[in-house]
Amino acid sequence: MRLSFVSKEVGNGLRRNFTMTVALIVSVAVSLSLVGAALLLSAQVDRMKGYWYDKIEVSIFLCGDSSVTYTCTGSITIEQRKNVERILDTLDPVQNVFYESSADAYAQFKEQFAGSAILANISPDALPASFRVKLDNPENFEQVASALQSVQGVESIQDQRKLLDRFFQILKGLQSFALAIALAMLFVTVLLVMNTIRVAAFARRRETSIMRSVGASNMSIRLPFILEAAVAAMLGSTLATAGILASKYWLIDARLAPNLTFIPFVTWNEVLVIVPVLYLVGLGTTILAASVTLRRYLKG
Amino acid sequence: MINFDKVSKQYKNSNTPALNEIDLNIEQGEFVFLVGQSGSGKSSLLRLLLKEEKPTSGTVTVDGINVGKLPNRKVPAFRRSMGIVFQDFRLLPGKTVFDNVAFGMEVIGKSKKEIEQRIPAILDLVGLDEKAHRLPSELSGGEQQRVALARAFVNKPKLLLADEPTGNLDPSTSVGIMKLLDRINRTGTTIVMATHDVAIVDQMRKRIVQMENGNIIRDQERGMYGHTGH
Ligand SMILES: Nc1ncnc2c1ncn2[C@@H]1O[C@H](COP(=O)(O)OP(=O)(O)OP(=O)(O)O)[C@@H](O)[C@H]1O
Ligand SMILES: [Mg+2]
Repeated sequence: MRLSFVSKEVGNGLRRNFTMTVALIVSVAVSLSLVGAALLLSAQVDRMKGYWYDKIEVSIFLCGDSSVTYTCTGSITIEQRKNVERILDTLDPVQNVFYESSADAYAQFKEQFAGSAILANISPDALPASFRVKLDNPENFEQVASALQSVQGVESIQDQRKLLDRFFQILKGLQSFALAIALAMLFVTVLLVMNTIRVAAFARRRETSIMRSVGASNMSIRLPFILEAAVAAMLGSTLATAGILASKYWLIDARLAPNLTFIPFVTWNEVLVIVPVLYLVGLGTTILAASVTLRRYLKG
Repeated sequence: MINFDKVSKQYKNSNTPALNEIDLNIEQGEFVFLVGQSGSGKSSLLRLLLKEEKPTSGTVTVDGINVGKLPNRKVPAFRRSMGIVFQDFRLLPGKTVFDNVAFGMEVIGKSKKEIEQRIPAILDLVGLDEKAHRLPSELSGGEQQRVALARAFVNKPKLLLADEPTGNLDPSTSVGIMKLLDRINRTGTTIVMATHDVAIVDQMRKRIVQMENGNIIRDQERGMYGHTGH
């Protein structure tokens, strides 16, 4: 089979089956966009986890004048503070400890909310003193918590990871949702491919039966159909890729990143890695679905 | 060239065999008419030669190849070695005369150059060189059948099978087709043709194999249709 002959047949087939082909392209584009979105979200979550887990600290708030927990009897004493420090020294996961006095906390707060009305309502000693503890791995929080929970002078222990994890859970949920819809759409795409091929095979049954009686091989009889599906899948994948790249360029880079400077966003490298996956999934499912259908409807 | 050895064909959804222990030998270069009533098994015999069907028992040999045992992947190459003509022409409606004949060559991977060289000659042979760029719908039945013949013969097959090629044509047009088949036969191509056409069979004076209910009831050199034992 010569290439020009095959491409002529493919072009004819696509034109004849125009509406079906358009439906197929759109379906591939939509399902792959969703696959791409799910992958993008997962890359984004990974990136944020890496970035923020690195910055996570455990805050050990110390008793102040107004503390009411059973471990507090008024403000923490020097003796109690030394004790807390000693315990922290014995804990393996603790990498470094930073003491922030009530005054430091107020200064920090003043800087962060400079010019805001909140400042007026906060007295300089309202913010508790704390130890900021950095762990080798944020997962080891429990070990620190259990060692310090009932020590005199410690009011409360806060794990920043808990706050993040709730946020990540929401993102994960979103990601699973996108993936579920993507799978459903892929399934629809497979059905659409099967139907398109079935209709095309029926419309061209005369042609294929003539080809067969002239001695065309199964491969050369099926190839135009498979190439037609592949061309449609190619176009669909390209649309989906364009969508993903556009959302990186116009949404993430141009709008989100400048406004949300505290969030690290996926890099171009991480986005570009998704592209071949989209083409592979798009072409793979389509060609597979087409081949299976042809095996049934174009028996040799 | 062709040998049937005790060949039977029993279709699944029928209770009488379409072919019943057929023995038949056809030499290279022969011209054989398959005649007999409707349903006597002529098309079934041709279908076995094409491997469109497999024999239920017995062996069909074509050019040294055991057709029944031919693996599916070798069937296309096997079919390329022969030409086939049907009663309903089976031309591709969207393609011109030239492209329809070219299709037979394209499908087996002939180059554009070979195609452009070969087709004018073959269209000239079938007398359609003037109408190369017409569509099948713009041709008469006889002309369409000549296109089909050109396609079947374009690759110079050793064997040409024809199932009622004149079945849809009037007598004078049929004569034209038969002349063409005779010319093709004289190039050395073996021809097996199933037909009901008494006039043609009588006129051509070729070998006649007559079938009835799946049996060969007469096999006669240079025969006449009417001269049966019945
Ligand atoms: N695909 C099939 N399935 C079941 N039975 C079939 C099939 N094809 C043919 N037959 C039966 O086999 C017998 C022989 O049929 P065949 O087509 O070979 O006859 P024929 O001689 O070509 O007839 P005609 O002159 O009408 O074309 C008939 O009884 C027919 O009904
Ligand atoms: Mg018949």
